[in-house]
Amino acid sequence: MNARSETGPTASRAVGPSRRRRSRGIRGRENLAGWIYVLPALLVLGLFLLIPVIMAAWVSVSNWGGRGSPFSSDVSFVGTDNYRAILLGGGLATQDFGTALRNNSYYVLFVVPMQTVLSLYLAIMVNRRILRGRGFFRTAFYFPSVTSSVAITVLWLFLFSATGVVNAALAMVGIDGPNWFNDPRGLIHVFLSWAGVDSAPAWATSWGFLGISGWEWLAGPSIAMFALMLMAVFTTSGTFMLLFIAALQALSAEVDEAATMDGTTVWQRIRFITVPMLRPTIFTVVTLGLIGTWQVFDQIYTGTQGGPAKTTLTPAYLSYQAAFLDQQWGRGSAIAFILFAIIVIFTIIQRLVLRERDTVPKRKRFVPPSQEAVEKARKMGVTPGPSPRDRSPD
Amino acid sequence: MVIGSSGDAETDAVNAAVNAWTEESGIPVSVTPAADLVQQLSQGFASGSPADIFYVGLDQFQGWAANGSLLPYAGDLSNVGDFYPSLVNAFTFEDEFFCAPKDFSTLALIINTDAWAAANLTDADIPTTWDELADVAATLTTDSQRGLVFSGEYARIGVFMAQAGGSLISDDGTTATASSPENVQALTWVKDQLNTGNVAYASGVGTGWGGEAFGRQLAAMTIEGNWITGAMNADFPDVDYVVAELPAGPAGQGTLQFTNCWGIATDSRNHADSVALVEFLTSTDQQLAFAEAFGVMPSVETAADGWLDLFPEQGAFLAGADYAQDVLSAAGSSAVVTDFNAQLEGLAAGDPQAILDSVQRNLQAVLDENAS
Repeated sequence: MNARSETGPTASRAVGPSRRRRSRGIRGRENLAGWIYVLPALLVLGLFLLIPVIMAAWVSVSNWGGRGSPFSSDVSFVGTDNYRAILLGGGLATQDFGTALRNNSYYVLFVVPMQTVLSLYLAIMVNRRILRGRGFFRTAFYFPSVTSSVAITVLWLFLFSATGVVNAALAMVGIDGPNWFNDPRGLIHVFLSWAGVDSAPAWATSWGFLGISGWEWLAGPSIAMFALMLMAVFTTSGTFMLLFIAALQALSAEVDEAATMDGTTVWQRIRFITVPMLRPTIFTVVTLGLIGTWQVFDQIYTGTQGGPAKTTLTPAYLSYQAAFLDQQWGRGSAIAFILFAIIVIFTIIQRLVLRERDTVPKRKRFVPPSQEAVEKARKMGVTPGPSPRDRSPD
Repeated sequence: MVIGSSGDAETDAVNAAVNAWTEESGIPVSVTPAADLVQQLSQGFASGSPADIFYVGLDQFQGWAANGSLLPYAGDLSNVGDFYPSLVNAFTFEDEFFCAPKDFSTLALIINTDAWAAANLTDADIPTTWDELADVAATLTTDSQRGLVFSGEYARIGVFMAQAGGSLISDDGTTATASSPENVQALTWVKDQLNTGNVAYASGVGTGWGGEAFGRQLAAMTIEGNWITGAMNADFPDVDYVVAELPAGPAGQGTLQFTNCWGIATDSRNHADSVALVEFLTSTDQQLAFAEAFGVMPSVETAADGWLDLFPEQGAFLAGADYAQDVLSAAGSSAVVTDFNAQLEGLAAGDPQAILDSVQRNLQAVLDENAS
């Protein structure tokens, strides 16, 4: 979560080819020195990252039972059995994984857009020069991010208890609040029941995926999960706000000023100038958001343990549960690898969507000035406008 | 030694006992209360250097026995004949008695005496059948208080299944019997009671468990184990209560029992000393000392009379030992129980037969996998 990741790809692209060249003589020593300098980091990464990942990969295709080394001789290879049990078995393992995937999908679907928009909004607000006490607001918004997630989860459990502060506030405006962390009803189901749909229509039960029916897939996040979603937005938007502030401060004020001179509204400036120029930061924020939300674990572990009625179960927590509580170590690490694949796929999709387009879309191209216009302009002593090629890369 | 302590009282008592043993034997032992016992033990087993002695919950027992982490030492203890047979049975895996039961608890009916008196009920009204239980629950229900509140999970509702003559698993542990007519009858009765409004789940009244609902006087009765006495003393000292045996169902009396044992790791380097320490810790006198310190029921029959002298008002818990059923403990079954609990949360609007059918399917799949 550092700002360097924004500039990383461009920087390496610029120096990449020249580094490839194998240099001799005095330069060769530099190479060696380089390796020596990075050796400690490589060793640490290898020991704590690479080797555990390899071990987990092996466990996910083995029948290791949790005792002694997974590489010992009495552990055998079982192929894709663990993956099959989760994805195709149709039994409890598949149902649990399907449920966890549903819960987490709704979590991602709500939290990632919300935290991105909210943090951008906060950053733009805090970055305004006319705002008094900017330092105070920056600290205040950032505070939830530096507080331990366990402490915030406990706070949330109190706030959202049946007789907690949130329900007391709702009661003041005449709303009878739900029993948040004990309410397994899905939000979409709740909305549907308001519209008079109380039981599953036939089209929703006729299909299913990963062992749970279409009606269950469409349940939406439970009320308990919704409270956790609010918490995720609350805790993470401060961090991402900081990223956006850093990026905003790097933008040149002239562009904004020029746009103001052209008579644009505040909203137009944000929509057509600030947001496009922040594209690399938005990419970073959405990527970090996607990874963080797919891996949600500590809130579940300290808060709800997957309940009520499994509606806050997530793949990360399910992986822990399968391994440590059910002694199904192979299945637990298989879930972890499936989760890894999901995150990679989502990041690739997201990268494709937010990719820089080399060609300017047709409707945004400048119409080439006609010969007449150029003549006319020259007579008046003005040079024609910039060609599309001169657009500064953002 | 790693323990999953319920609090300072338990940690201090175990420390005192272990220190006494160290003085006798000259062998130093360090006691570590675990924050997350199962996770810490799993790490220990995986790394090959686990703690020598530790608590093992019944739900984890079969998994660790099956993967060879536990040393099957209990058959060689000198006091092996003293343990309750049902506890010995609980910690027997593939005909081997693995680990010495530490203590146990049963579920009983806890009644608020003030609410009882306010509803003009007397000792003679303590329910002995389901119908009587339903009647007193209705009598005790007021605007601010439900008659009977318990957690909506298998570990509580299972008592009704036991009273109806049902269980989740056959006696030999090879067949799932979840969808039996007895269990359907039990769940249907519980469902009907929930729909009367006189009976509620703890979550339904905004509490975490039956003891909290009972202590906050949101419930006149609850179904809990003997750990509730500690919670009442600590958090709700002003609430007076009595402990009664659970009523009998169509098939007689029934309750659930919970237990854990002193596990010794196969990979421990101090087998002989560990066994000696466990023998000391499960001796009659030592178990009574634990009972006095933190209220558990001793796992040896020889301590029963001494325990009754200490806690005469809690006789109903001990009486339950005669007809108690063990909670489901087959390896890999905790996922099934979690799923069952999730479905039980929706029992009031659910279909008992459909719920039990899905448990039957899931449980049988786990048992088949264990057998293969």
